[in-house]
Amino acid sequence: MILAVASGKGGTGKTTVATGLALAMASRGHRVQFLDCDVEEPNAAILLKPGMERSRRVASMVPKIDTAKCTLCGKCSDFCRFNALVTFPDRVDVFPELCHACRGCVLACPENAISEARVEIGTIEEGKAGDIRFAHGLLDIGQARATPILGALRAAIDPQRDVVLDAPPGTSCPFVETARMADACVLVTEPTPFGLYDLGLAVDALRGMDIAFSVAINRCDLGDDRVERYCREEGIDVVLRIQNDVDIAKAYSEGRPITDLGEGYSKMLYEMFERVSGGSPAR
Amino acid sequence: MKIAITADRKGDGAQVDPRFGRAKYFAVCDTDSGECEYVDNAQNLNAMQGAGVQAAAAVAHTGAEVVITGNCGPKAFASLGQSGIKVVVGASGGVAEVLETFKRGEYEYADQSNVEGHW
Repeated sequence: MILAVASGKGGTGKTTVATGLALAMASRGHRVQFLDCDVEEPNAAILLKPGMERSRRVASMVPKIDTAKCTLCGKCSDFCRFNALVTFPDRVDVFPELCHACRGCVLACPENAISEARVEIGTIEEGKAGDIRFAHGLLDIGQARATPILGALRAAIDPQRDVVLDAPPGTSCPFVETARMADACVLVTEPTPFGLYDLGLAVDALRGMDIAFSVAINRCDLGDDRVERYCREEGIDVVLRIQNDVDIAKAYSEGRPITDLGEGYSKMLYEMFERVSGGSPAR
Repeated sequence: MKIAITADRKGDGAQVDPRFGRAKYFAVCDTDSGECEYVDNAQNLNAMQGAGVQAAAAVAHTGAEVVITGNCGPKAFASLGQSGIKVVVGASGGVAEVLETFKRGEYEYADQSNVEGHW
């Protein structure tokens, strides 16, 4: 099964849960693959400490205008909702850093004046952390488009393994792209107003995509009970509750996974997996 | 000549909108006749990104040779410069007064943007 660990709000404990889950599954005989999809700030490698075996560059496209063919009709820039192309009276300017590589401008141009130029935007690294196959994407500094790197990570999925995806925070394109890879999604949140609000955004997004999901509440004994109430009212299964534990924060700050703190957390995380996978057999 | 002044509303009483890319309107004023035509910038006002350069293109299409505004970011500034449009930053007050100040030759053109992108 492919399980995405996501959250609307950042800093709720996504990576703590995702890395701990992968280790808990591996220690119980699952063949596990871990993909860190937070390509803007990948940090699972700090906790899982994989040995990297190979890396490759990832490219995307940007439009290239043939000025001899361009009639300055403006159809490309009218189409581009990201303003990556701008038609001036005397020229069309391309802003590669705003382009989302949708290729719409190529289709919109009636003069066939737009071709696709390749631009490298990041790197995929693959390796092994114990028995866990590991891969993460690294977006180049200054690049804003994460999704082509997620496409490359998706292509690295090993269908013979159970896959844990550490999703990027938020509910924008990189989150959607990651959730689309998954069979199910666990949304990690915290019992605070921000946690609740951003959970609601993530729930709306996943319902729109028709992806099965459940909720994990981190630091469940802090804040208020509105996240619990929300989940009850919405009929959302709460599959994990982790109490506030300064040892978790301490281990995290030392680059150690939550499963280092003893069998209790490992068991808790594995039970969460059993619950969301409906007891599907180990791969 | 035509000049474009960023404006917070249409017509009488319009004040300089301090933002260029996400200005509500551009008052495109004829310095000879003193008449101003208001170009709606709503589309760029709500753009998720690239508002400054689209606004620069919109101004270029009006034929204005000068932009007078409060603040202008680096991409918009570069795009205006490439279109041969001069930029005045730091302007404030009523659009009508700004037009008169310009006609008296009291503004200095900026040689660079005065705010970061996404200001």
